[in-house]
Amino acid sequence: MSETIFNPSVIEMRGADVGAMRDVTLTVVADVNWSVQTGEFWVVAGQQLSGKSDLLMLAAGLMTPQRGSCRVFGSDTEAFGEAQIAERLRVGFVFAGGQLFNPLTVAENVALPLRYQKNLSAEEAASVVEALLEMLELTPFANFLPANLAANWRQRAALARALVLKPELLLLDNPLARLGGRHRQWLLQFLDQLWRGHEWFGGRPMTLVATTDDLRPWRDAKKKFAVLHEKSFAVVGFWDDLALAPSHAVKELLAEPAGTTM
Amino acid sequence: MLYAAVVRGNLAKAFELANTQMFRRAPLPKSYTDFLGHKLFLFLLTVEGLGAFALITLGVILKKSGVARSVIRPRIRQEISRAGVALLPMFLFVALALGFLVIGQTVSALARVGATSYLGTTMVFVIVRELGPLLAAVLVLARVGTAHVIELGTARALGEVEALEALGIDPVHYLIVPRVIGMALGIFALTIYLILGALGSGYLWAFLQDVPLTPGDYFRQIAESLSWLDFALLALKTTAFGFFIAVVTCYHGLAQPLRLEDVSRVAVRAVTQGVIVCVLVDAVFIVLYLVT
Repeated sequence: MSETIFNPSVIEMRGADVGAMRDVTLTVVADVNWSVQTGEFWVVAGQQLSGKSDLLMLAAGLMTPQRGSCRVFGSDTEAFGEAQIAERLRVGFVFAGGQLFNPLTVAENVALPLRYQKNLSAEEAASVVEALLEMLELTPFANFLPANLAANWRQRAALARALVLKPELLLLDNPLARLGGRHRQWLLQFLDQLWRGHEWFGGRPMTLVATTDDLRPWRDAKKKFAVLHEKSFAVVGFWDDLALAPSHAVKELLAEPAGTTM
Repeated sequence: MLYAAVVRGNLAKAFELANTQMFRRAPLPKSYTDFLGHKLFLFLLTVEGLGAFALITLGVILKKSGVARSVIRPRIRQEISRAGVALLPMFLFVALALGFLVIGQTVSALARVGATSYLGTTMVFVIVRELGPLLAAVLVLARVGTAHVIELGTARALGEVEALEALGIDPVHYLIVPRVIGMALGIFALTIYLILGALGSGYLWAFLQDVPLTPGDYFRQIAESLSWLDFALLALKTTAFGFFIAVVTCYHGLAQPLRLEDVSRVAVRAVTQGVIVCVLVDAVFIVLYLVT
């Protein structure tokens, strides 16, 4: 008799209807069946307004499904309240625009979750924050307000803020959309390091889910892909399966936009 | 045929009369009643929303008093500074003006009936019990309450509230609780300064108008007119002003999803409702004074 080990999926959606964050009565994606296992790297692609951000918000437990179920680390997001704060903190979220807190400097933004969750003074949190800022090359901008930062660095500061509590699952909403070429390359390499196990996290591999409206930069044989199109969610598989996918939506997401170069 | 015509005519008149009476019984045309009904429902929904928001805020204040103190306490100090200390120079000016206004009018009225010895008593009635707390509340509402709506409305529109939730930070605890406590304590402290300043400047203006009243007599009159109830109700009233102004302004800034272009409109609505809430709270305390 073989011994079975209970290892729940990191994200498990069953028949989930995703509502819009701005209007909960609106269904943006219907009947999502999706399972994300520990250590996987998923890229969810979809055109603008296809519901990528809302799907990610649901996966982060910031929304509840209109129908069906969504479980994160085995906990139903319907019940994600104060009692499940430990589960919530296992998930890091990087918003599309960064969503940094405008009155706080970059260092204060990064320190806030750590200070709030562990009741630390600014001085007590300083060493961790400085190390993280240095790792993400943000040290020169530590005392900048978000309004004075370029979008590239704002995005990186948001990533630092999401990582400061050392999450096990990192969700990134269209992280490449506002980045220039150099920052894109840096971010893709850094996410790969996180996925394989970064030394800052003790070498523990991280589970990642990123959304995108352009599949080409995410080319990798080991990443998994899913597509959002006309309110439906479809798991495509690995990169090689994308090329074979008959879907017109996939072809659009792989095509080079007219008048642009990579 | 003639009979039939008469009957038809009488029936028509009867119906006309009945219709007219029915019409007269209806207080307003339908479009008016629809409009009033719509406004009434909006009012009731706002009251419900404000009530729920106030209870949630109170719950968080009590339940999370020990959570993340190293983050929340500096924020409370910052809010006390903003809703209290930073407004002190303006309040000293207002206190001088208030003392002058009240004494100027009172002296001329009391001098006609030879009752200038009641000057101190009048100051207690007018400034300590009514004008001082209400004026302090309205000034703080205008200076700080408006800023609350704009800051929170902008934060909501820019998705910062969702960012707090994603980091496991309760937005009510981080954004609202410091503002509520800061404003309650700020209005309480500023009212005390305003009253002291107005009483002092009142005597100054009385002295300049040659009212035959020594400082000792003036302040003795004030002390004799005050009872423990005045101190208790003053503390309660100013704290209630601060709490409700903060709740109204924070509710409008935070409780509903906003677009950036909505923020200015919501700020105007919040200030109007803040003034109405101040007047209602004041009315409750007037009844309390009258009852006790």
